[in-house]
Amino acid sequence: MADDGTDRRFLGGPAGWISILLPFGLFLWFAQHIPAVAGGAVLRWDVEWIPSLGVTLGILLDGLSLSFALLISGIGALVTLYSASYLGGHPHYVRFVCYLMAFMTGMLGLVLSDNLLALFVFWEVTTVSSYLLIGFNADEAKSRRNALQALVVTGTGGLAFLAGIVLIGTAAGTFSISAIEGSLADHALYLPIFWLVIAGAFSKSAQFPLHFWLPNAMAAPTPVSAYLHSATMVKGGVYLLARMNPSLGGTDLWFWTLAIAGGFTAVFASVLAIRQTDIKQVLAYTTLMALGTLVLFIGVGTDYALEAAMAFLLVHSFYKAALFLMIGVVDHGTGTRDATVLRGLGRAMPVTMLAAMLAAASMAGLPPLFGFVGKEFLYKAALGAPAMIWVTGCIFAASVLMFVAAGIAAWRPFTGPLAETPVEPHEGPWPMLAGPVLLSVLGLAFGLMPDWAEALVAPAATAVAGRPVEVDLYLFKEVNAAFVLSLVTFATGFVLYLLHGRLRSGLARFKPRFDPGWDRLMDGVAAGAAGLTGLIQTGRLRRYIFVTFLALGLSTAVAVWRAGLSPEIPPLDDLEVKHWSVLTFILAGALLTAFTNSRMTAVAALGVVGIGVALVFIIFGAPDVAITQLLVEVLQVVLVAVAMLKLPYLNHEYVKTVRGWDLLLAISIGAMTTVILLAVQAAPLDLELTAFFEEASAPLAFGRNIVNVILVDFRALDTFGEIAVVAVAALGAYALLKGVRRPSP
Amino acid sequence: MSDLLLPLPILIAFATAILAFFFRSGPEGRWISVAGSVAMLIAAAMLLSQVLTDGIQVAQMGTWAAPFGITLVADTLSAVMVVITGITGLAVAVYATADISPEMEESGYHALFQVLIAGVSGAFLTGDLFNLYVWFEVMLIASFGLLVLGGRRVQMDAGIKYVTLNLISTIMFLSGIGLLYGVTGTLNMADLHQKVQAADPGLVTVIATLFLVGFGIKSAVFPLFFWLPAAYHTPAFSVSAVFAGLLTKVGVYAMMRMFTLVFTQDIGWTHGLMLWVAVATMITGVLGAAAQTDFRRILSFHIVSQIGYMVLGLALLTPLALMGAVFYLVHHIIVKANLFLVSGVANRIAGSTEIDHIGGLYRGAPLLAFLFLVPAFSLAGFPPLSGFWAKYVLVKASLDLELWLVAAAALAVGLMTIYSMTKIWGRAFWKPHPGGTVPSLGSLSASERFFLLSPIAGLAILTVVIGLFPEPFVQVATRAAEELLDPSAYVTAVLGAPVTEVAE
Repeated sequence: MADDGTDRRFLGGPAGWISILLPFGLFLWFAQHIPAVAGGAVLRWDVEWIPSLGVTLGILLDGLSLSFALLISGIGALVTLYSASYLGGHPHYVRFVCYLMAFMTGMLGLVLSDNLLALFVFWEVTTVSSYLLIGFNADEAKSRRNALQALVVTGTGGLAFLAGIVLIGTAAGTFSISAIEGSLADHALYLPIFWLVIAGAFSKSAQFPLHFWLPNAMAAPTPVSAYLHSATMVKGGVYLLARMNPSLGGTDLWFWTLAIAGGFTAVFASVLAIRQTDIKQVLAYTTLMALGTLVLFIGVGTDYALEAAMAFLLVHSFYKAALFLMIGVVDHGTGTRDATVLRGLGRAMPVTMLAAMLAAASMAGLPPLFGFVGKEFLYKAALGAPAMIWVTGCIFAASVLMFVAAGIAAWRPFTGPLAETPVEPHEGPWPMLAGPVLLSVLGLAFGLMPDWAEALVAPAATAVAGRPVEVDLYLFKEVNAAFVLSLVTFATGFVLYLLHGRLRSGLARFKPRFDPGWDRLMDGVAAGAAGLTGLIQTGRLRRYIFVTFLALGLSTAVAVWRAGLSPEIPPLDDLEVKHWSVLTFILAGALLTAFTNSRMTAVAALGVVGIGVALVFIIFGAPDVAITQLLVEVLQVVLVAVAMLKLPYLNHEYVKTVRGWDLLLAISIGAMTTVILLAVQAAPLDLELTAFFEEASAPLAFGRNIVNVILVDFRALDTFGEIAVVAVAALGAYALLKGVRRPSP
Repeated sequence: MSDLLLPLPILIAFATAILAFFFRSGPEGRWISVAGSVAMLIAAAMLLSQVLTDGIQVAQMGTWAAPFGITLVADTLSAVMVVITGITGLAVAVYATADISPEMEESGYHALFQVLIAGVSGAFLTGDLFNLYVWFEVMLIASFGLLVLGGRRVQMDAGIKYVTLNLISTIMFLSGIGLLYGVTGTLNMADLHQKVQAADPGLVTVIATLFLVGFGIKSAVFPLFFWLPAAYHTPAFSVSAVFAGLLTKVGVYAMMRMFTLVFTQDIGWTHGLMLWVAVATMITGVLGAAAQTDFRRILSFHIVSQIGYMVLGLALLTPLALMGAVFYLVHHIIVKANLFLVSGVANRIAGSTEIDHIGGLYRGAPLLAFLFLVPAFSLAGFPPLSGFWAKYVLVKASLDLELWLVAAAALAVGLMTIYSMTKIWGRAFWKPHPGGTVPSLGSLSASERFFLLSPIAGLAILTVVIGLFPEPFVQVATRAAEELLDPSAYVTAVLGAPVTEVAE
């Protein structure tokens, strides 16, 4: 990728320098706190952020957050150094660096926040930056799809987690994790809280059955895979489980859920790892295995288990980041990542080989590497765990397969006779080698001097346990069950490695594929949405009007029924002939409107109804209103009739099918309106306003016609508004007519 | 002072409309519109600052004391809404200088636009129910004019659906006013608050239902939202932006006002109905969005969906929920108007709003991509943007009431919103342009770039600011919610001391 760029500035230019120096500086800042934290101190800095919502922004440094912060900033510095070379000339390099820095900020915030809401804010920042980074090669449909998949899966988990946070706030009375007193296990909300937090953690850390997005996320550029999808972001869920262990852990539910999901993920993923031919995919699946292992041991929750988990966290971060970066160098130097093709690269790429071998040995758990120490403690913890057989079985199977995967990923490509590759193999540039070499050497150093790691592992395990945990890491002390198990692991692993070609083709037949299901789900969602929307938004105005009135009819009917409105029907004896005749007149107009097959007749009949209403006004002594009504009615009929001339003919067949329903609805609404009107009529009318208008009209507003005074003085603002309406209507009509004269595009 | 200040935003907008009308055949009209929008925003800001320092402001029009004349009232909610109207108005007025063709200007675009702003401001400021109706009419006629301006066939079709369904709303609203007057004998909202106490609560609730349906149409809730997705994708981009920002929100505002101040007789029915309507609105709206492939149609259905969140806040009627509704209202206006503005630029440089026909905006127009991403992710409720806090508060309010299903729906709809926003991002921005071209902002002139992008950037910055520093906004929203829940201050401000006296 670097080859296509024209920009050959040193380490990616200013953007690159900032992106390298920033994490490096942060690493140093965090590192200076190691002694204090190792001594048992918990450092915190708090700033109020949104006091009204109980959100504080702050840094809480204990063993757990410091370990994560060091990994995030340290690996961050190496990855950005690597990227400066890997993507330095890429036209979108600056965007890449911005996303990476946004991610780092989010990830650091996630592990440093003590306030759950603040933690969530950063949690989602990592989700979004991960989305943008997976889709970095946006021209490829696969990148776009996989980015969306990761976003939807982790986003779903995130929303569940948010609900969980709200409930934790309710249950504990605070969003501050350190202020949660004791365990929430006995709280009535424990069950929903537990499952919601689990959903968040499992989606982020890709636990079965939410694992499938992670291997797909490898569509991102290699440094992203190394950084986000192996070393840091995907451990966000693990971090959350570790952080919440004192408040939510210790129950049977916690143990069994984490043990089963973690154990199964670990074994399942390592089996799938062996099946892959793309080495990057091998590494992706072994990352799943590591995540499963961490979840499993946090679930076990004994002192040993937590100690082992925290040690393994460091172990894995070192070797896995090194291996990912290594495969990037290999890809860069040979043009392929295919395990079946790559052989004998050692001579051409000696430095890469050194890093690969060291890291792979750590992954295989060979002494004297840190991986050996980690695995010994995992075994030791497993042997003392509840449900010992399950835990030990899982971790044994996973470790054996890790051994095989290490062979596939790092031993085989560098040994044996040199094989043909798309590009003549050549060593990578130093910025790309610095990371893998440093990380793999660290794996060796910590293996030889495990005491160094204690400074972090001990306070981290203490933080996770919520009680002081004594940690004593060592390379070798005595021949015990764990040690024997290690030897068996190596032997089995070695045999399986020799057979891995056959294993792979055997496993290739076993295809637990989640992606077609995912695609079907997405298609189903789209089709379902389209289907439902098609039912609602039909495009037919007639239907819209019907539904609108139906909603009105139903809701007022229920309201009338609830209110028990049953107004008395006023005595009909008072009605005189003129009343009856007007009524008949109106009714006839309405019926004609409803039953005629001609639009023109309907309009005219509607006019009849309007005139009838004007007559009502006259009978009840409001001649001015009647005149207005009459005028409007006549104008309306004339205008609508003119407009009708331009309309297409009515579809009588269609009208017949809907007429019955329309009539029923119209009658119901009419009846409802009558009931409401009668009820309102029955209530006494408050005449305070009328009295005031009558009294004040002449002496205060200097007008004798009260209606006029109301219009131009008491309620002049209404009239002003209505004048505006008329003016705007004129303006609109003018614009429309002008538009009609122009041919419309 | 407040006698002058309260009507000022409305008057400025009207005066601007008249001036702009006279200068419609030249470029002066657009600058009058911009200047008027600036003045209106300043007036609105002064009003808000006065409300925040001195409390609820009241002006009796024509000096006729309430409840006999028309009263303008600015409590915190009203003042905030007028300010946000000013902000949206200014942003769209600036955008329109580069978006609206001289033909449309000559047809009176700027005048119609300013009348619309006047109508919206009037609706927010009035304390009189019938006067509210008048402002609704002003808005309806101005928006109809704007909607069909340009006169394309699709616009006509949209315009007819829009105006028909909105007229039905108007009829319901007007009938409701008549019936309510029959029961109480008053139109002043504060007076109504007092007088309905004496009326038959059952009957008032029936009338309230009528109002609920009428306002429901205006706010575009399920199953009354048909007019919105039928119309919003058809007019000029400036027009759809201001519609998207303000129109439905006036409906929501009216609902919030009436269903806290007047209609609280039978909360189990009115607000209970509202609750399920809100949930159905959120869900059907977002599914509608997921089904579309046009930039503006997707956004239109999102409006529906998000109206559901605001109505939800009102339905729950707790201090937190109402605060969330107010916060959501403000956030939504800023973000939604902005996304429509972005769609206009995308259309300009990529040639369409149909996302299957365009692409490559990420590669070719990174600035626009970024300016889309901010409001888009804010809309989808991602932190640390304004939409997150809005969503969070409403989810918390639902969970506090142990309405698990409602909270689950609100969250699931959030997820679907992400899904449908990324649809635009994935297809219009990430995917290469099917025509093989790379759309670029370079195809616009420097002045077009400035006038189209600066309002977008301004609104995007506002989203980020609200997201990063929500505290003052939360406080104002809390204050607005408290005033709504306890209307005594409002009533006293309008009617004076409990004993009402005839003015002079």
